[in-house]
Amino acid sequence: MPATRPPIAAPELESLRPALLRFALLQLRDQALAEDVVQDTLIAVLEKPDSFAGHASLRTYVTAILKYKIIDALRAGKRIRQLDTGDEQADAELIDVLFTAAGHVRDAPQAWADPAATLQQQDFFRVLEICLEKLPAKTARIFMMREWLELETDEICKELAISPSNAWVMLYRARLHLRACLDLNWFGQQSASR
Amino acid sequence: MGIPTCKEVHRLASEQLDRPLSLTEKLRMRAHLLACDACRTFNAQLAVMRKAMRGLPAINDTEKKADEL
Repeated sequence: MPATRPPIAAPELESLRPALLRFALLQLRDQALAEDVVQDTLIAVLEKPDSFAGHASLRTYVTAILKYKIIDALRAGKRIRQLDTGDEQADAELIDVLFTAAGHVRDAPQAWADPAATLQQQDFFRVLEICLEKLPAKTARIFMMREWLELETDEICKELAISPSNAWVMLYRARLHLRACLDLNWFGQQSASR
Repeated sequence: MGIPTCKEVHRLASEQLDRPLSLTEKLRMRAHLLACDACRTFNAQLAVMRKAMRGLPAINDTEKKADEL
Protein backbone atom coordinates (compact mmCIF):
# COMPACT_ATOMS: atom_id res chain seq x y z
CA MET A 1 0.00 0.00 0.00
CA PRO A 2 1.34 3.43 -0.85
CA ALA A 3 2.21 5.50 2.18
CA THR A 4 0.49 8.52 0.64
CA ARG A 5 -2.94 6.97 0.99
CA PRO A 6 -5.19 9.46 2.75
CA PRO A 7 -6.42 8.18 6.11
CA ILE A 8 -10.14 7.86 6.65
CA ALA A 9 -11.26 10.13 9.43
CA ALA A 10 -14.03 8.73 11.60
CA PRO A 11 -15.81 12.10 11.96
CA GLU A 12 -15.85 12.54 8.20
CA LEU A 13 -17.30 9.07 7.83
CA GLU A 14 -19.86 9.75 10.52
CA SER A 15 -20.99 12.88 8.70
CA LEU A 16 -22.07 10.68 5.78
CA ARG A 17 -24.41 8.64 7.95
CA PRO A 18 -27.64 10.65 7.46
CA ALA A 19 -27.26 10.66 3.70
CA LEU A 20 -26.44 6.95 3.60
CA LEU A 21 -29.45 6.22 5.75
CA ARG A 22 -31.78 8.10 3.42
CA PHE A 23 -30.43 6.15 0.51
CA ALA A 24 -30.70 2.79 2.23
CA LEU A 25 -34.25 3.62 3.25
CA LEU A 26 -35.15 4.26 -0.37
CA GLN A 27 -34.34 0.66 -1.11
CA LEU A 28 -35.19 -1.11 2.13
CA ARG A 29 -38.13 0.94 3.40
CA ASP A 30 -37.42 -0.29 6.90
CA GLN A 31 -35.80 2.05 9.39
CA ALA A 32 -34.21 -0.61 11.61
CA LEU A 33 -32.85 -2.65 8.72
CA ALA A 34 -31.57 0.48 6.98
CA GLU A 35 -29.76 1.55 10.15
CA ASP A 36 -28.18 -1.89 10.47
CA VAL A 37 -26.96 -1.89 6.90
CA VAL A 38 -25.51 1.61 7.20
CA GLN A 39 -23.79 0.64 10.46
CA ASP A 40 -22.28 -2.45 8.78
CA THR A 41 -21.09 -0.27 5.95
CA LEU A 42 -19.35 2.23 8.19
CA ILE A 43 -17.71 -0.53 10.21
CA ALA A 44 -16.51 -2.25 7.05
CA VAL A 45 -14.92 0.97 5.87
CA LEU A 46 -13.20 1.60 9.20
CA GLU A 47 -11.97 -1.98 9.47
CA LYS A 48 -10.36 -1.97 6.06
CA PRO A 49 -9.09 1.54 5.47
CA ASP A 50 -6.49 0.23 3.04
CA SER A 51 -9.18 -0.70 0.54
CA PHE A 52 -9.98 2.94 0.05
CA ALA A 53 -7.58 3.77 -2.73
CA GLY A 54 -8.16 7.48 -2.40
CA HIS A 55 -8.91 7.95 -6.09
CA ALA A 56 -12.65 8.15 -5.63
CA SER A 57 -14.22 10.51 -3.14
CA LEU A 58 -14.88 8.92 0.23
CA ARG A 59 -18.59 9.40 -0.35
CA THR A 60 -18.51 7.51 -3.64
CA TYR A 61 -16.46 4.75 -2.06
CA VAL A 62 -18.74 4.37 0.95
CA THR A 63 -21.86 4.38 -1.21
CA ALA A 64 -20.44 1.58 -3.34
CA ILE A 65 -19.95 -0.47 -0.18
CA LEU A 66 -23.45 0.38 1.01
CA LYS A 67 -24.80 -0.95 -2.28
CA TYR A 68 -23.15 -4.33 -1.70
CA LYS A 69 -24.30 -4.43 1.89
CA ILE A 70 -27.87 -3.91 0.71
CA ILE A 71 -27.51 -6.68 -1.86
CA ASP A 72 -26.09 -8.93 0.87
CA ALA A 73 -29.04 -8.15 3.11
CA LEU A 74 -31.48 -9.02 0.34
CA ARG A 75 -29.66 -12.25 -0.49
CA ALA A 76 -29.46 -13.23 3.17
CA GLY A 77 -33.23 -13.27 3.05
CA LYS A 78 -33.70 -10.43 5.49
CA ARG A 79 -37.33 -9.90 4.77
CA ILE A 80 -38.46 -6.39 4.41
CA ARG A 81 -41.94 -5.70 5.69
CA GLN A 82 -44.57 -6.39 3.08
CA LEU A 83 -45.73 -3.31 1.30
CA ASP A 84 -49.38 -2.72 0.72
CA THR A 85 -50.78 -2.77 -2.77
CA GLY A 86 -52.44 0.62 -2.55
CA ASP A 87 -50.14 1.92 -5.26
CA GLU A 88 -51.78 -0.14 -7.98
CA GLN A 89 -54.62 2.27 -8.55
CA ALA A 90 -52.37 5.30 -8.94
CA ASP A 91 -50.12 3.36 -11.30
CA ALA A 92 -52.99 2.29 -13.52
CA GLU A 93 -54.30 5.85 -13.60
CA LEU A 94 -50.92 7.14 -14.67
CA ILE A 95 -50.94 4.88 -17.68
CA ASP A 96 -54.54 5.80 -18.49
CA VAL A 97 -53.82 9.50 -18.70
CA LEU A 98 -50.83 9.02 -20.97
CA PHE A 99 -52.64 7.31 -23.82
CA THR A 100 -55.86 7.71 -25.75
CA ALA A 101 -58.26 4.80 -25.95
CA ALA A 102 -56.67 3.99 -29.31
CA GLY A 103 -53.26 3.72 -27.65
CA HIS A 104 -51.69 6.91 -28.96
CA VAL A 105 -49.79 9.29 -26.70
CA ARG A 106 -51.93 12.24 -25.61
CA ASP A 107 -49.11 14.74 -25.19
CA ALA A 108 -45.87 14.01 -26.98
CA PRO A 109 -42.93 14.20 -24.57
CA GLN A 110 -40.54 17.08 -25.14
CA ALA A 111 -36.98 15.99 -25.83
CA TRP A 112 -34.71 16.63 -22.87
CA ALA A 113 -32.14 19.33 -23.41
CA ASP A 114 -28.61 18.00 -23.59
CA PRO A 115 -28.89 15.00 -21.27
CA ALA A 116 -25.12 14.44 -21.39
CA ALA A 117 -24.50 17.84 -19.81
CA THR A 118 -27.28 17.20 -17.33
CA LEU A 119 -25.65 14.03 -16.08
CA GLN A 120 -22.58 16.00 -15.14
CA GLN A 121 -24.51 18.30 -12.86
CA GLN A 122 -24.70 17.44 -9.18
CA ASP A 123 -28.03 19.23 -8.87
CA PHE A 124 -29.56 16.79 -11.31
CA PHE A 125 -28.83 13.89 -9.02
CA ARG A 126 -30.44 15.74 -6.15
CA VAL A 127 -33.61 16.06 -8.22
CA LEU A 128 -33.33 12.42 -9.27
CA GLU A 129 -33.14 11.39 -5.63
CA ILE A 130 -36.20 13.47 -4.75
CA CYS A 131 -38.09 11.89 -7.64
CA LEU A 132 -37.10 8.42 -6.43
CA GLU A 133 -38.43 9.27 -2.98
CA LYS A 134 -41.74 10.30 -4.56
CA LEU A 135 -42.29 6.95 -6.25
CA PRO A 136 -44.85 4.67 -4.62
CA ALA A 137 -42.92 2.55 -2.11
CA LYS A 138 -43.30 -0.77 -3.86
CA THR A 139 -42.51 0.72 -7.25
CA ALA A 140 -39.42 2.48 -5.94
CA ARG A 141 -38.14 -0.66 -4.36
CA ILE A 142 -38.25 -2.80 -7.47
CA PHE A 143 -36.87 0.04 -9.56
CA MET A 144 -33.91 0.48 -7.21
CA MET A 145 -33.25 -3.26 -7.25
CA ARG A 146 -33.10 -3.24 -11.01
CA GLU A 147 -31.40 0.06 -11.76
CA TRP A 148 -29.27 0.84 -8.75
CA LEU A 149 -28.41 -2.60 -7.38
CA GLU A 150 -28.41 -3.87 -10.99
CA LEU A 151 -30.07 -7.18 -10.15
CA GLU A 152 -31.45 -9.26 -13.02
CA THR A 153 -35.18 -9.84 -13.32
CA ASP A 154 -35.03 -13.46 -12.14
CA GLU A 155 -33.34 -12.52 -8.90
CA ILE A 156 -35.83 -9.72 -8.30
CA CYS A 157 -38.69 -12.15 -8.94
CA LYS A 158 -37.28 -14.65 -6.49
CA GLU A 159 -36.79 -12.00 -3.83
CA LEU A 160 -40.22 -10.44 -4.19
CA ALA A 161 -42.05 -13.67 -5.08
CA ILE A 162 -43.56 -12.18 -8.23
CA SER A 163 -43.68 -13.36 -11.84
CA PRO A 164 -41.39 -11.92 -14.52
CA SER A 165 -44.28 -10.27 -16.33
CA ASN A 166 -45.36 -8.69 -13.06
CA ALA A 167 -41.85 -7.37 -12.56
CA TRP A 168 -41.71 -5.92 -16.08
CA VAL A 169 -45.00 -4.11 -15.58
CA MET A 170 -43.85 -2.66 -12.26
CA LEU A 171 -40.57 -1.52 -13.75
CA TYR A 172 -42.44 0.06 -16.63
CA ARG A 173 -44.66 1.98 -14.22
CA ALA A 174 -41.65 3.06 -12.20
CA ARG A 175 -40.00 4.45 -15.31
CA LEU A 176 -43.18 6.30 -16.30
CA HIS A 177 -43.40 7.90 -12.86
CA LEU A 178 -39.75 8.81 -12.78
CA ARG A 179 -39.74 10.19 -16.31
CA ALA A 180 -42.72 12.39 -15.53
CA CYS A 181 -41.12 13.63 -12.32
CA LEU A 182 -37.80 14.45 -13.97
CA ASP A 183 -39.59 16.13 -16.81
CA LEU A 184 -41.51 18.34 -14.44
CA ASN A 185 -38.85 19.09 -11.87
CA TRP A 186 -35.67 19.23 -13.86
CA PHE A 187 -36.05 19.42 -17.61
CA GLY A 188 -39.27 21.39 -17.51
CA GLN A 189 -37.72 24.02 -15.29
CA GLN A 190 -34.70 24.18 -17.52
CA SER A 191 -36.70 25.07 -20.58
CA ALA A 192 -38.91 27.43 -18.58
CA SER A 193 -35.88 29.40 -17.47
CA ARG A 194 -34.52 29.78 -20.95
CA MET B 1 -51.47 -7.80 -34.95
CA GLY B 2 -51.74 -4.46 -36.71
CA ILE B 3 -49.38 -1.57 -36.44
CA PRO B 4 -48.22 -1.31 -32.85
CA THR B 5 -49.64 1.58 -30.85
CA CYS B 6 -47.65 4.07 -28.79
CA LYS B 7 -48.93 2.33 -25.69
CA GLU B 8 -47.43 -0.98 -26.81
CA VAL B 9 -44.18 0.63 -27.95
CA HIS B 10 -43.74 2.56 -24.69
CA ARG B 11 -44.03 -0.69 -22.84
CA LEU B 12 -41.57 -2.46 -25.14
CA ALA B 13 -39.14 0.44 -24.74
CA SER B 14 -39.17 -0.26 -21.03
CA GLU B 15 -39.11 -4.05 -21.26
CA GLN B 16 -36.08 -4.09 -23.54
CA LEU B 17 -34.14 -2.83 -20.53
CA ASP B 18 -35.16 -5.90 -18.52
CA ARG B 19 -35.34 -8.75 -21.02
CA PRO B 20 -34.31 -9.47 -24.60
CA LEU B 21 -37.16 -8.65 -26.95
CA SER B 22 -38.27 -11.23 -29.50
CA LEU B 23 -37.42 -10.60 -33.12
CA THR B 24 -41.06 -9.76 -33.84
CA GLU B 25 -41.17 -7.30 -30.98
CA LYS B 26 -37.97 -5.66 -32.16
CA LEU B 27 -39.26 -5.28 -35.68
CA ARG B 28 -42.61 -3.91 -34.55
CA MET B 29 -40.90 -1.44 -32.28
CA ARG B 30 -38.40 -0.34 -34.91
CA ALA B 31 -41.13 0.20 -37.50
CA HIS B 32 -43.11 2.33 -35.07
CA LEU B 33 -40.11 4.36 -33.94
CA LEU B 34 -39.29 5.32 -37.52
CA ALA B 35 -42.63 7.04 -37.77
CA CYS B 36 -43.19 8.30 -34.24
CA ASP B 37 -41.32 11.21 -32.64
CA ALA B 38 -43.06 10.80 -29.31
CA CYS B 39 -41.96 7.21 -28.84
CA ARG B 40 -38.43 7.96 -30.05
CA THR B 41 -38.17 10.71 -27.46
CA PHE B 42 -39.55 8.45 -24.74
CA ASN B 43 -37.11 5.71 -25.69
CA ALA B 44 -34.18 8.12 -25.52
CA GLN B 45 -35.32 9.40 -22.14
CA LEU B 46 -35.38 5.88 -20.72
CA ALA B 47 -31.77 5.50 -21.85
CA VAL B 48 -30.84 8.74 -20.08
CA MET B 49 -32.53 7.52 -16.91
CA ARG B 50 -30.67 4.22 -16.97
CA LYS B 51 -27.39 6.00 -17.47
CA ALA B 52 -28.19 8.35 -14.63
CA MET B 53 -29.08 5.53 -12.23
CA ARG B 54 -26.03 3.46 -13.07
CA GLY B 55 -23.84 6.50 -12.62
CA LEU B 56 -25.57 7.76 -9.50
CA PRO B 57 -22.52 9.28 -7.86
CA ALA B 58 -23.06 8.54 -4.27
CA ILE B 59 -25.50 10.56 -2.32
CA ASN B 60 -26.03 14.16 -3.02
CA ASP B 61 -26.06 16.60 -0.21
CA THR B 62 -25.67 20.31 -0.14
CA GLU B 63 -22.06 19.90 0.90
CA LYS B 64 -21.48 17.60 -2.04
CA LYS B 65 -20.03 20.25 -4.30
CA ALA B 66 -17.40 21.16 -1.79
CA ASP B 67 -15.91 17.71 -1.46
CA GLU B 68 -16.13 16.67 -5.08
CA LEU B 69 -13.77 17.75 -7.75
